Amino acid sequence: MAHNTEPGRGTHGRGLASRIVRSIFSGPVYPRDDRERKWVVFNHLILHFRPVRLPQKTLKYTHTWGLGGMSFVLFLLLVVTGIMLMFVYEPSAEGAYESIVRMQQEVFFGKLVRNVHHWSANLLIAIVVLHLLRVYFTGGYRTPREFNWIIGLLLLACVLTSNFTGYLLPWDQLSYWAITISTGMISYVPVMGDWLREVARDGPEIGQATLINFYTLHTTVVPVLLILLMAWHFWRVRRARGVVVPRSAAEPPDDGAHDRPQYALTLPDLLFRESVVALCLIAFILVVSLFFNAPLDEAANPGMSPNPAKAPWYFVGIQELLLHFHPFFAVVVIPLLGITALLAIPYLRYSDDTAGIWFMSHRGRRTAIIAATTALILTPVMIVADEFWLSRTALLPGVPSVVSNGLLPAAVLGAALVGFYRVSQWKWGASRDEAVQASFVLLTVAFLILTATGVWFRGPGMGLDWP
Amino acid sequence: MSKSPKQPSRKRPKGTEAAAARTASAIAPPDSEESTVSSPRRRFLGRLWLGLGGLAVVEFLWIAIDFLRPRTPLTASQTDIIVAGPVDAFEPSSVTAFQQGKFYLSRLADGGFLALSRECTHLGCTVPWIEEEGRFVCPCHSSSYDHTGEVLQAPAPRPLDLYPVRIENGIVKVDVGSPLRRKSFDRRQVTRL
Repeated sequence: MAHNTEPGRGTHGRGLASRIVRSIFSGPVYPRDDRERKWVVFNHLILHFRPVRLPQKTLKYTHTWGLGGMSFVLFLLLVVTGIMLMFVYEPSAEGAYESIVRMQQEVFFGKLVRNVHHWSANLLIAIVVLHLLRVYFTGGYRTPREFNWIIGLLLLACVLTSNFTGYLLPWDQLSYWAITISTGMISYVPVMGDWLREVARDGPEIGQATLINFYTLHTTVVPVLLILLMAWHFWRVRRARGVVVPRSAAEPPDDGAHDRPQYALTLPDLLFRESVVALCLIAFILVVSLFFNAPLDEAANPGMSPNPAKAPWYFVGIQELLLHFHPFFAVVVIPLLGITALLAIPYLRYSDDTAGIWFMSHRGRRTAIIAATTALILTPVMIVADEFWLSRTALLPGVPSVVSNGLLPAAVLGAALVGFYRVSQWKWGASRDEAVQASFVLLTVAFLILTATGVWFRGPGMGLDWP
Repeated sequence: MSKSPKQPSRKRPKGTEAAAARTASAIAPPDSEESTVSSPRRRFLGRLWLGLGGLAVVEFLWIAIDFLRPRTPLTASQTDIIVAGPVDAFEPSSVTAFQQGKFYLSRLADGGFLALSRECTHLGCTVPWIEEEGRFVCPCHSSSYDHTGEVLQAPAPRPLDLYPVRIENGIVKVDVGSPLRRKSFDRRQVTRL
């Protein structure tokens, strides 16, 4: 009976304000001790995506460099500024360029918002690639994280697509011709190349239909894909009990059997560190956006290609390959081999468990440095030699250029890579894992140098030039 | 003292066993029905559902791809013929640019006409005619072509595409509907009076 005479014990005694607060937050709003903090992380809608506690060692900044979190922060910045830009931008061939000029001149802080969007997008590519390298060199792709490496590659593809489709939207000379060149590369895919190019451009040449397609991909399809894939990516990190636990080469693998690892609490230890990185990054983007404007060339003119005309910087490495190889090899064979190699990385057969050790071992670090130095010297030498001295079509008259300029040099370089792999084992005593890592370093550095050459050392007519 | 810790430990397995039995009975039907799970009718219906689902996915993909397919403009035939002008307006061995039709009209030394696409066959940049050098030079990757569109310098893989030229009553007309690809320059490609 006593129960019935006291109806709504929880509502009667409190004021309206506290009842409203209670209806939103069922627990403490400001957690004061560790017990309350754990409770908040576990029960909060957004925070419960995070674990309540995590291995103390993984907190070390130089283990992850905060690169994954930085990518996420940049994505959020891009969504916010992107939505703002969508209110002003006009996706039509006639109005696009003018709407951007108007935004830069008339809209309050329009220029700054566009700059933040531009610099965040470009930095995102760099950060995402660094994140990939960090995961590779700390063995973060080993069991049980193999498939998360694949999801990461899909995310990389989405980031590149997002950047690429956004590149066209200003509809200036820079974007128009960059997209012309990049979609022109597609036509070298055998058999269906021309059809693929037509689909990518939605017509024989870049026009209104292309712009609408790119706009839709850029503002809807790719962001949705990114959100879905990111959720999957983060969930896989949780399933693998956080990021790979760092250790030195001398330590045994950390499987929890030897001694219980020390744990830290997500709130405050992890979240505060993440906030510091996020705020520093946002401050950096704002400062860069204040001092450096996003490029805006003259309005697109289909009748006049600028000299030189370059693809967006992240595809310039492939454009550089086009100067040295037959298009079929530069656009189809070599990129496909590269993508296959990246996808195969977690599924190769490795002899040692080196997850969590930077560069696998001391010797692994040494062979990686040797590989990087080799690529750093040989790639520029080969570019210069090919530019000025080597003309394979002249050396081998009568041989089709697919062979003389494609198969032959590709086979020679492939043999050189195999040779390097063997030498790193015989001469520097690298294990098979370390030889694979050294080959990865060699190819990565070579591609970075190709990109740098294309971005800075290619002048008018794509001749070699000083920046 | 010794009883109290034992009691729950004795009880717990019982409880879980009961729960497990309950869930098992909920999932797996009693023995009599178990045989029907793998009966041909069930299997057939299961496959039918799977097939219909697959069909729905294929249909959706088909429609989605069709949305992406490039559309040909509705008024194709009318605007594709460009009237370049009377034959005499073009000097022999001269190259004239037509911004509107996106081609060059090249008149050879013998008086024949060629309509060359201005799109570089390498990656699709627009090639300007360099009068002083007497050749087309692509600004993107420095491919160059002579006045017949033949490749002078790689990386261009083939000569500039052609548009069909007609001469009617002394008026040069070019059909810019669709460019023609060719492996090399050939005298038969030239239109003469």
